[in-house]
This record gives sequence, structure tokens and C-alpha cells, in this order.
Amino acid sequence: MNSTMNILRKEIREMLTKSTILPVVLLALLFGGMGSMIGGVEEQVSRPPIVGVINNDGDGLSLLAETTISERAEVVYDGSSVEEGITAVDDAGGVALLQIPDDFTESIYNDEPGTIRIFWIMEGTGLLDSVPSSAVENVLWYVNRDISVQLIEMNSTANASFALNPTARDETTILGDREMDGISPGTIASLLSPQSLMMPIVIMMLIMAAGGTVISSMGMEKENKTLETLLTLPVKRGSIVTGKLAASAVVGLLMAAIYMVGMSYYMGSLGTSSDLDLAQFDLTLSAIDYAIVGASLFITLLAALALCMVLGTFAKNYKSAQTLTMPIVIMAMVPMFLLMFKDFGTLPLPAQLLVFAIPFSHPMMAMRGLMFDDYALVVGGLLYVSAFAIAMMAVTIWIFKTDRLLTGRIGKKVEGRRMGRFPILEFLLGHRRDS
Amino acid sequence: MTNSDAKRSDGLALEVSNLVKKYGEFTALKGISFGMKEGEVFGLIGPNGAGKTTALRIISTILRITSGSVRMFGIDVGREPHEARKILSYLPEDAGAYKNLTGNEYLEFIARFFSDDTEDVRKITSKGVAIASLGDRMNDKVDTYSKGMARRLLVARALMIEPRVAILDELTSGLDVMNAQEIRRIVKDTSKRGTTVLLSSHNMLEVELMCDRIALINDGLIVEMGTPMELKERHNAGNVEEVFTRVIR
Ligand SMILES: Nc1ncnc2c1ncn2[C@@H]1O[C@H](COP(=O)(O)OP(=O)(O)O)[C@@H](O)[C@H]1O
Ligand SMILES: [Mg+2]
Repeated sequence: MNSTMNILRKEIREMLTKSTILPVVLLALLFGGMGSMIGGVEEQVSRPPIVGVINNDGDGLSLLAETTISERAEVVYDGSSVEEGITAVDDAGGVALLQIPDDFTESIYNDEPGTIRIFWIMEGTGLLDSVPSSAVENVLWYVNRDISVQLIEMNSTANASFALNPTARDETTILGDREMDGISPGTIASLLSPQSLMMPIVIMMLIMAAGGTVISSMGMEKENKTLETLLTLPVKRGSIVTGKLAASAVVGLLMAAIYMVGMSYYMGSLGTSSDLDLAQFDLTLSAIDYAIVGASLFITLLAALALCMVLGTFAKNYKSAQTLTMPIVIMAMVPMFLLMFKDFGTLPLPAQLLVFAIPFSHPMMAMRGLMFDDYALVVGGLLYVSAFAIAMMAVTIWIFKTDRLLTGRIGKKVEGRRMGRFPILEFLLGHRRDS
Repeated sequence: MTNSDAKRSDGLALEVSNLVKKYGEFTALKGISFGMKEGEVFGLIGPNGAGKTTALRIISTILRITSGSVRMFGIDVGREPHEARKILSYLPEDAGAYKNLTGNEYLEFIARFFSDDTEDVRKITSKGVAIASLGDRMNDKVDTYSKGMARRLLVARALMIEPRVAILDELTSGLDVMNAQEIRRIVKDTSKRGTTVLLSSHNMLEVELMCDRIALINDGLIVEMGTPMELKERHNAGNVEEVFTRVIR
């Protein structure tokens, strides 16, 4: 028992080190931060939704409907022009313009459903972007109920099932400069969710797999003492770097392919039993679009690998290489989670800057960006990622030409004693004092 | 080698002048100078931490020079490392080979850096196989080799390309007597065929056995240099180890 305790104490001391705790703490902070970035959703749900109303009927039951709406929602427009109404609602950050047609009351008294025309204003297609619209759905449910109560009290119809359901809807969703008839924001978000979820996950897996390969390849060269020999061979430093990057790209793509096959079986087994399909709403990609997505993916992979190569030069051995993949994982997880829930366009500015700066975000956003013809974001991202990849390659080759790989230091700035004052830096760089 | 090359190098295979190396604030080499003639076997000896590895790594192009210069057959090693790499071979003190390769595959992998021609690669590799003389074990993964076998493979790797300059750090450290003798014999043979050999050791006996000339290095400075015979006479000592203790004291 005593010796068990002895071993237990030693093991715990070995496992709970700065470099094991720090990543967990960083991740915790990160999720906290992301929570507050995508937060405000709760607030949006509990607050009455912002809508506009056009009452073309102006009589009877339409007034009842309007009262219910104004009790349960914040009405920012009450007029007669659809165009003006949409602009007003959009400007107020609202979700929908509700139009009550002139035959609303008359229809209902004739046992025909009164059709409310809904113009949805959708900001983005992330999972959380359709949350505000559900608040409006809620209001519409109350409208239906209140009219239903009225009909029953007045005993105006013998048709019980109609009395319970006197209203119908006719909806159009406006997303950017696109108008889609007969579909609600919630349906759009769920139609797009395979893309919203799959792309970020696949890209994160790809980057982790390929990036880990590069970093550990550098760690292994050092651990097996093969690096020094390699560096004295008559081979251009650029060739060493390119060779390693290309190898990891191949391995990474292979791993991602295997992963995607598994994943598509999984997604297939869930089955999408929707009658709607994206082509109906012109939400499909052309061959050129697919080529752009592919290019974005490939260049991002290169950028990721080049970045990993820079990190890999700090690896002392296989174990420290594992630790060094942490920054990459975190960098890939941030956009993955943010972009699952929100569109780039609906994120707050600081989050947008962060997402744009992380090169891994761009292929995650490319598909949705192209679907909604946001070429500026996609092409801008592509250029940024290319520049990032080139810069990282240059840094790597430069490091290969310095003493850094063998002595564990670059110039004078990152020496042991100074680094001691920045434990985080020390951790990120995988620096060991005993070198 | 052309005449102008010969002039540039003053007929020397290697010329190290006032070489200084700093690691941050710490000065590991405080200005060392020596020259080597072609075909010579030259030994750097000194205690652990004297600066031997630092000097050899600089000469092998993988550390940058703080000040001073290194010329190898007329090539400025600091300025044209890629040219120097074509004619030198470096054996690090605790080098390893890629563990997933077999001995044969490893030699072939290295040979490919020196020629694009399949026939050449085959020739270089078979020279390496002969030097290593590991028999059937060349088909086994390097992972399974003993320390002595691995070192033989690495020595073969370094010498099979017939470099003009071979730089060997702690040639036989950690090996048993038989393996050490065998490796010394291989290096001696190579030097007879014209390769210039620069080696380091903290084993004074080994250096006395192998080297035409030696330099004693201590604390980043060369404190004595000459043939083993000269040094023993100069300090009235029976062997190089005695010379060393006298010089240091
Ligand atoms: N990367 C490095 N950073 C700082 N000091 C180093 C580094 N490498 C070697 N040194 C120091 O330089 C001195 C010479 O080392 P080295 O050349 O390895 O000696 P030797 O090979 O003669 O044993 C030693 O004091 C050593 O601690
Ligand atoms: Mg040494």
C-alpha cells in the first residue's frame, strides 16, 4: 500500500506539470471567451422579437392579430409598404415583416384560413442564426391561438378543426440579396447544417493530422539524431522543407479521406428526409466554386503545414512535439466552433478579426461564402492564406539556415533567461532549460 | 582542383583562422586557428566541454561563425556552405540513422543526395556496404542494431561517398575495443586513399594511434599543436595524456 502511494505521488507529480495544465487552462479560457462572443443569443430569445406589421385589412380579426403581435413583439414599423417595412425592420435589427392581407377577416369568417404573409430577414446561416426567427414563430402561434379563442367564443364556425387553426402562412426568406419563397430561416439552417458542421470538423481533423505529422517528423529527427547529418548533406534547405511539407500533405490528405469516408457513412445513416433541396433555392455550387473550395483547402493545408514546421523546429523530441501541436489544435478549434454556430457576417467584430486572421477558417467559410456569392470574403481569404503560407515557408527556411535547429535559440532575443520571465512563451516554444 | 583554387587555399585542405563561436553570452570558441594538408589525419583533443564539437559543427557548415573564417579547399565555408557540403562528410558524435529503414535503405537514401544516376547510387551504396561489413544484417531495420553496428553503418555512410574532407566527432566513443579498432582501421584506410580526416576525441591514446598531427584544445583555445612525437619531446612526456596534463597545469 505504501509503495502504491509512493508511485501514485510520483506519477501525479509527473503528470501535473506546467505543460500539461496550461493547455487545459488555455482551452477553458478560450471557450469562456467564445461563449461571450456568440452569447447574447439567450438575450435575443428572452427579449421580444423585433418585427414590422402591415395591416391591409384593418378590420375585425386583423386588429386582434395586430394587438397580439404588438403585445408579444416590438413593432418597429406599422405602415403599408412592403419595401419600406423590410428596410425599417432590417435597420432595427429585426427578424420579420408580417403582412395581414385585406381579406384576412373575411376569409376566416368563411371558414377559409387567413393567410399571414411573412418576410423573414435572415442574417446568416449558422445554427444560432435562426434563433431569433423562432421567437417570431412563437408570436405567430399566439396570434393563431387568440383568433381561435375568439372564434370559439363567438361560436362563428361549426368546423372544430378549423376553429383551432384559423391562420395560415405564406413565407419568403430574404438572405442578402436573395429572396427565397416558401422556406423559413429554420429550414434553411437545417438544410445547410451538413455543410455548416462537416466542413469545419473535416478541416480541423485534416489540420491536426497533417500538422501533427510535420511537428513529430521534426521531433523525431532530433530524437533519433538524424538532423545534424541531414543538414550537412548537399541538399538545399528549401528542398528539405518542401519535401517534408509535401510528405505531410500527402499523409494528411490520406488521413482526411479515410476520415471523410467514415463520416459520410455516418451522415448518410442519419438520413435527410427533407422534401426540399438546396438546388430549388439556387444554393448549390458550380464547378468553379468547387475548384475554389479545393484551392482554399489545399493552400490552407500548406499554410498549416508551414506553420507546423516553424513550431516543429522548436521540438526537442517526440514528446515535446506532441505538446507543440496544442497551439494548432486551439487555432483550428476556435473557427470550427464559431463558424458552426454563426456565419462570419453575424459574428461580432473582434470575433470576425480573429476568425479571419486564423488561416484555417477560410476553407471552413468558403462553401457558404460561395453559396451566397460572397466572393470578396472567399477570394480575400484565399489571398491572405497564400500570403500566410509563403511567409511561414520563408520563416522555416530562414530558421533552417540559422543555428536554431541545433542550438535551440534564435539570435539573442529568445535566450533562456529572458524566456524564463514569459512562461507561456516558454511553453509555446517547447523550450527546455536543460538544453 | 584548378590552379586558382589551389592558390586560394594556399595548398591547404582546411584552414581555420581565428574562429570564434558564441552561444548567446557564452563564448565556446575563443579564436582557434589551424591548417591541414590534403590527406592528413588531424586530431582535436581535449576534455568534455572544450569546444571540439562546436568547432567540428562549424567546419561542417551546420553552425554559423561568430567571427573568423574557415576555408575548405578554397571554399569559404561560412559564405558558400552548399559548395562545402558537396566535398565534406560529417559524422556527429551521437548520430543516429532513420529507424524504419534497413541498413541498405539508409545507405541508398544518403547516396541519392550525391548522384542522380542509378548506377552511381548503386556504386556508392555498395562501397558503403563493404565498409560497414554487417553482412545479412544490412537487410534488417536500423532499429535492431547494437551500438557498435549502428556506428559502423554511420561511419560507412560518412566514408562511402569518398569525401575530400571527413569530419569525425568522437569517432569511437562508447564502443568496445573490437569495434573501436575496426572503425579506426576503416578510417585509416580511407585516409590512405587520399581523404583528409579531421577527428576529435577525448581518448588521447586513440589520437596518438591515428593522427599525423594533433591540437590540444581546452576551454575554447588551442593550447598546443604538433605531431605526437614533437609534443612528447617538447614536454618530455611518455605519452600524449601526460603532455596534456602538463600543458593544462
Ligand atoms: N547550444 C549550446 N548552447 C549553449 N552552450 C553550448 C551549446 N552547445 C555547446 N555549448 C557549450 O559550449 C562548450 C563547448 O561544447 P562542445 O563544443 O560540445 O565541447 P566538446 O565537444 O569539446 O565536449 C561547452 O561549455 C558547452 O556547454
Ligand atoms: Mg563533443
